[in-house]
Amino acid sequence: MTARADRLRPIGAVPGQKRRSLPERAGIGLKPEHLQEILDTAPDIGFFEIHAENYMVDGGPFHHYLTRIRERYPLSIHGVGLSIGGEDALDERHLDRLAVLLDRYQPESFSEHLAWSSHGGTFLNDLLPVPYHAATLARVCEHIDRVQDRLKRRMLLENPATYVEFAASTMAEPDFIGEVVRRSGCGLLLDVNNVYVSSINHGRDQRAAVSAMPLAAVGQIHLAGFAEDTDAAGASLLIDSHGAPVAEAVWDLYRYALDRLGPMPTLIERDNDIPPLPVLLAEAQQAERIMKRLSPIASREAVA
Amino acid sequence: MNARQAFAEALLAAEPVCPPGLTTWNGSAPEKRFAVYRNTVTVGLVDALADSFPVTLQLVGEDFFRAMAREFARQTPPRSPVLALYGDGFAEFIEAFPPVAALSYLADLARLELMRVQAWHAADAAAVAAETIVRLLDDAAALPQARFTLHPSVRLLRSRHAVVSLWAAHQSEAPSSSLATIDTASAESALVLRNGLEVEISVIDEAAAIFIELLQQGRAFGLAAGQALDADSRFDLAQTLGLLVRSGALADLTISGSTTS
Repeated sequence: MTARADRLRPIGAVPGQKRRSLPERAGIGLKPEHLQEILDTAPDIGFFEIHAENYMVDGGPFHHYLTRIRERYPLSIHGVGLSIGGEDALDERHLDRLAVLLDRYQPESFSEHLAWSSHGGTFLNDLLPVPYHAATLARVCEHIDRVQDRLKRRMLLENPATYVEFAASTMAEPDFIGEVVRRSGCGLLLDVNNVYVSSINHGRDQRAAVSAMPLAAVGQIHLAGFAEDTDAAGASLLIDSHGAPVAEAVWDLYRYALDRLGPMPTLIERDNDIPPLPVLLAEAQQAERIMKRLSPIASREAVA
Repeated sequence: MNARQAFAEALLAAEPVCPPGLTTWNGSAPEKRFAVYRNTVTVGLVDALADSFPVTLQLVGEDFFRAMAREFARQTPPRSPVLALYGDGFAEFIEAFPPVAALSYLADLARLELMRVQAWHAADAAAVAAETIVRLLDDAAALPQARFTLHPSVRLLRSRHAVVSLWAAHQSEAPSSSLATIDTASAESALVLRNGLEVEISVIDEAAAIFIELLQQGRAFGLAAGQALDADSRFDLAQTLGLLVRSGALADLTISGSTTS
């Protein structure tokens, strides 16, 4: 173990406050299309994840259903609008909204992205890439410190899917993320699809990219489907669309990651072309089968 | 202009541009890669508007709507990450958008659709029990001074066009049959509210709109009813109250200083 380990707390744990963590099972994103069916059929699923911003409304059906579903299932709240990689100061009103939501639903996990989505008060509605150098590192850590202070909990930071890199970058992505984790004490939400997409898009080895991440800090995994395009030179350009089933290559990389991590709460993300609920449940079951088939060595390491 | 500012502006620029400072592993021109971000930003905002304004979309057609929504999104990107309520100002944009000048009802239809979204997400509130209202109606001394708090979802729209009929005609699979009979130039007022988990949109007459608006402003029952009757002597108080009670629109009641929920 590295020196980093003693800064890490169990996911979701804050001294003096007992908080459960997500089970080592698979979960799916909670979609409006499926709310009533979930209540009617009570599917056996490890947890649900919501996008925080979708529930930052005063009342109505979304809260009605989420309240009932949360009574029955573990919950992960995943933010998409905090702009942790932004140049502006964090939006304190948005942090307040997050605090209200987390207080109301007491999720087992809270996560956000290594990305920016707002600039100059305008919300740009995408997870935009951050150059990796000393100044952005300092700012990202400062923002995560503020988030963890305000929300009084440890957060998980998700690695991005990117399509371009920056001339200004001086650090490799896993080194940048490793340093953020070390300085801020946040955990890592390892998005295996994002690692795969970024590796293809930037000509890197995807297994090396997984291995270089601060794996001791991983508290959750995301899996999703991508779309395929090409860049101006005809090279493969993968788009993190969340609009397709998890690709076989991403399942392979998931097995590779789990061999190093042991069982890990795993989310099947689907945000576009939402299929019927049973299709998503089947993908979650596939993740759980892979988790159960872990080699005994990996499982022992994970427990130790 | 710093690099981040250039990146942000290029995302919403009308013409495809690519900010400086981007690199690619294979030396390919970064424009096409950057276009993925440009596309995600605008498609996401246009999708959000298409979700919130489905009848506006049907009235102008999907391609036209998406082009119009893209214009709006570039001029008026959201200020908040809470996209559920994005679309403030879209009706005003439509009103001033020359290509739809001939569709004089379109802006009010968009207003109605925005109200529907706002009502959908408005705060929850229990309704005053029907028996409490019945008792109040029997109390001739207290009734004129009674003040109501309306459900947080309640919205009123007064339009010079038949936008509620237009909206209603697009709620079924085959809207065309009743569309032909709508005189879009006839004025309509709408009551929009959430009753339980459903948003209800009703046509109400002008006097009822005046009455409900005054109640919503916290004016006394007697004053609101009097003004509605002044506006139209045929104002049907019983019918309007019945509508409000049935749809759970009366969330609280104050009678000479005391509150009865």
